[in-house]
Amino acid sequence: MDNILTIENLSKSFILHNINKHIKAANGINFSLKDGEFVGITGKSGSGKSTVLKSIYRTYAPQEGNIWYDSKKFGPINLSQASEREIIYLRKHEIGYVSQFLSVMPRTTARQLVKQSILEMGHNDRFAEEETEKMLEHFELDQELWDSYPATFSGGEKLRLNIARAMVKRPRLLLLDEPTASLDHASKLKVKVLIQQLINGGTTMIGIFHDLEFMKDLCHREYHIHNGEFLISAN
Amino acid sequence: MSDYETPIMSVKNLSKHFGEGCSNCRDVNENHLIRNFCPDCGTVYACRNVSFDLYPGEVLGIVGESGSGKSTLMRSLYFDQDVTSGEAYLRSYEMGSKNVFEESSQKKRYIRNHLMGKVYQNPMLGLRMGFSSIGNIAEKLIAAGIRHVGEMESKGRELLEYVNIPVYRMKEAPRNFSGGMQQRVQIAKALSNNPPILLLDEVTTGLDLSVQASVLDLIKELQRELNVSIVIVSHDLAVIRMMADRTMVMLDGKVVEHGLTDQVLEDPQDRYTQQLVHSLL
Repeated sequence: MDNILTIENLSKSFILHNINKHIKAANGINFSLKDGEFVGITGKSGSGKSTVLKSIYRTYAPQEGNIWYDSKKFGPINLSQASEREIIYLRKHEIGYVSQFLSVMPRTTARQLVKQSILEMGHNDRFAEEETEKMLEHFELDQELWDSYPATFSGGEKLRLNIARAMVKRPRLLLLDEPTASLDHASKLKVKVLIQQLINGGTTMIGIFHDLEFMKDLCHREYHIHNGEFLISAN
Repeated sequence: MSDYETPIMSVKNLSKHFGEGCSNCRDVNENHLIRNFCPDCGTVYACRNVSFDLYPGEVLGIVGESGSGKSTLMRSLYFDQDVTSGEAYLRSYEMGSKNVFEESSQKKRYIRNHLMGKVYQNPMLGLRMGFSSIGNIAEKLIAAGIRHVGEMESKGRELLEYVNIPVYRMKEAPRNFSGGMQQRVQIAKALSNNPPILLLDEVTTGLDLSVQASVLDLIKELQRELNVSIVIVSHDLAVIRMMADRTMVMLDGKVVEHGLTDQVLEDPQDRYTQQLVHSLL
């Protein structure tokens, strides 16, 4: 399998029972991703960008279509049919997700948060501690913040912590859901440098950016999504 | 899809009815029931064909409004009451070959004392309020076959320290303790036989926020450190979001939806789950 991810005919709609509405969010989406590629997705808000990412990560329940992922553990696996436990394994070990929002455990310090990410993969405490410090340093999080609660962090700090937490697992596939939204220009630049480093390190990524201009020179390919359907743009 | 791991507990079609049932409700004529109640004979269908698997080291959340059958399910699993029908298999009991609901009461007691721990919403049910805290733990240890007093004392001390009950209050009866402390003594007691499965029934309900937080932190910590499998029942979605890997939603005795916790909360499928999620967020 050359492709790490192949999406075939993905459709997703939401049925809202209380108002009796059927909302179509993604419609017959096809695309694939090669190992080490960075693909950017653009589109207006509400066009279905996040739906695609959340369907891959299975935060959204599957409906129609196949999402073939080439797993290290399971081999080719259809994420839209995989069991809940298989998805949990993949989230722990192979597929990372970063959004602009940091969802944290309350009363957990930045250090503990990153460390738990490694511990849940089954590594020992010492290794986890070392990797955590390396990661926090790498993502330029002020050392004073390491042992404080992320709830008090600035947007940029939260985001970098978020990426650090996902990256420390060295996932094969990383899903970036508007990670630069709501950041100032300086913080965006920092994130851009980080993404460049991830690309150099060979991480396969899909990124959603509503201001793709900013990321353009990093993307290997880019897709535009409109009303839940993909239009391919320039390479 | 191939299953790459074996469940530690498998529950199949667990049903519990309060009442005899009548010809109008017994033959699964669901439309006849008012929610889970038969208007003709007064039978309550508290759990209806509940099936699920629990995997090693995972936290399974169960949510639902009061009366949905969550606690009945938990009581059935801990043999606090008999089931009407259904099966449950434990990997650590006879290699999962025997339906534990059909075992003798002696065998059930063995399973309860060796393979499971339970924490009740109401500490009165899980603790002997007049015994000392350490005595409560000793009771469970004796049930699990330990006879050495020194061993019981050191184990009890270690557990109470683990749940942050100060050493100088160990001989005190839980009756004197605050709700949060009582809950922590219950957790220590439930853990004393190193059970692979822990059943937590609304353990934080009724506790104030900071105490609730400390109890949840404790559960999270012991799950990480001891790798026990936990079934946690709560009507509080925030608790479930924080604790559970996977979640089942119950309504009127039935499982109406199950899935990864973030999926159930962000993309609920069932009408009731949508209502539940929308009323909270």
